[in-house]
Amino acid sequence: MTAQLDETLLRSLTPSVLGILVRRGVTFAAAEDAVQDALVEAVRVWPADPPRDPKGWLVTVAWRRFLDTTRADVARRRREDLVDEEPPSGPTPSVDDTLQLYFLCAHPSLTPSSAVALTLRAVGGLTTRQIAHAYLVPEATMAQRISRAKRTVSGVRFDKPGDVATVLRVLYLVFNEGYSGDVDLAAEAIRLTRQLAAVIDHPEVAGLLALMLLHHARRASRTAPDGSLVPLAHQDRGRWDTTSIAEGVRILQAALARDRLGEFQAQAAIAALHADAPTAGETDWVQIVEWYDELTRLTDSPVVRLNRAVAVGEADGPRAGLAALAALDDSLPRHTAVAAYLHERDGDLATAARLYVEAARRASNLAERDHLTRQAARLNARR
Amino acid sequence: MAKYLLLKHYRGAPSAVNDVPMDQWTPEEISAHIQYMHDFAARLEQTGEFVDGQALAPEGTFVRYDGEGNPPVTDGPFAETKDLIAGWMVIDVDSYERAVELAGELSAAPGAGGKPIHEWLELRPFLTEPPTITE
Repeated sequence: MTAQLDETLLRSLTPSVLGILVRRGVTFAAAEDAVQDALVEAVRVWPADPPRDPKGWLVTVAWRRFLDTTRADVARRRREDLVDEEPPSGPTPSVDDTLQLYFLCAHPSLTPSSAVALTLRAVGGLTTRQIAHAYLVPEATMAQRISRAKRTVSGVRFDKPGDVATVLRVLYLVFNEGYSGDVDLAAEAIRLTRQLAAVIDHPEVAGLLALMLLHHARRASRTAPDGSLVPLAHQDRGRWDTTSIAEGVRILQAALARDRLGEFQAQAAIAALHADAPTAGETDWVQIVEWYDELTRLTDSPVVRLNRAVAVGEADGPRAGLAALAALDDSLPRHTAVAAYLHERDGDLATAARLYVEAARRASNLAERDHLTRQAARLNARR
Repeated sequence: MAKYLLLKHYRGAPSAVNDVPMDQWTPEEISAHIQYMHDFAARLEQTGEFVDGQALAPEGTFVRYDGEGNPPVTDGPFAETKDLIAGWMVIDVDSYERAVELAGELSAAPGAGGKPIHEWLELRPFLTEPPTITE
């Protein structure tokens, strides 16, 4: 009889175990490999024989793996030095290097896809196979991506503080761009952001965590049983996860109270206003437009301006929305879809139907394309 | 086992029997069509014959090398391109006959009026690795 292995608990120990090895002088790349081996070993051994001190167990096994590898690699003399250097067993050091690991894995010298992969492996404790599945690439490709990323950061000093903004961008990507496989990347991104929030006190970390929780809360209602997209206005709000919403709102309020606004807090504030509305009709669009104004000041992103045009269309009517939209480049993703929607609300169904077809042609994912085609079909069936 | 590519065309294939643009279907007909495609792929996964399925955006770009030190030349998209791939499914089956059977089923996906589209799909065998035993 074997106990069920708590894989999330196991993986949550990854960064601190890795940090301990690096502090003992092991290079990041070698330590990372050793910790992965230890995790695999834990999955094999723990169900039948759970350790009393899981972290200590992982440190010991990872350290032995490292020594074994090194023994195979280097000359005898060097090997003996290392064995001599083996630290006494006992309580592990209390210094937590988790934060440093986040910085390293999101280092600005890495491309976004490399930073994502390295973060999921070295901080998240996922295997290369799991990460490859999640991003629909062959395992060998993902293995190369990760080892190149490790080489890229090999010269980076571990004790130098990094920029939290780069870490947040990586976590945002993990949350927003997951595909499939046996790992729930959105949940994993939340776990990693929560873990980050525990080791650094920063309003934007809190803002991102709140943003993720508020969006994750709507997940069950975002797709119909047949897999089709359900737009916000038509979602069954009874299926929103109120626990997640309450937590998101609480975290956001504490962050906003510190008066250091950033883009993630502003985005979370918009998500919170949606979460707060008992029905779509009761949404406080005027306040949402104000938050989009803040967000425009903070980021000046065309995507934000596009979303603002939607909000203006709700707050001040479709004509006002179309006027806001007219000021934007029509090659922006979703521009045509927004135009179609606003024309429909304005009562111009022929133009709306034509634009929905056009928007479907430009859609960047299948679910959105199907949704937009359905919108065109719905209007064409009515005319 | 042999791998086959089932190619679906935006343009370039002969006209389907039930050839009505999707935006002229009812929303329910669209849902039924998508469900059919999902079920088809799921069934092939169950039988161990599914390899991959992907959809492509209708517009692309032609690109070619333009010599040392020059950025690649890009051209298109060309409105007059005769053959435009919409997507594909890769299957791994025991025989050509099975591949034809499956392509026929996929072509029966419901369209306007809930009736099969009878869409022409292109069936192309993959070139394989050379066999180990040749004599």
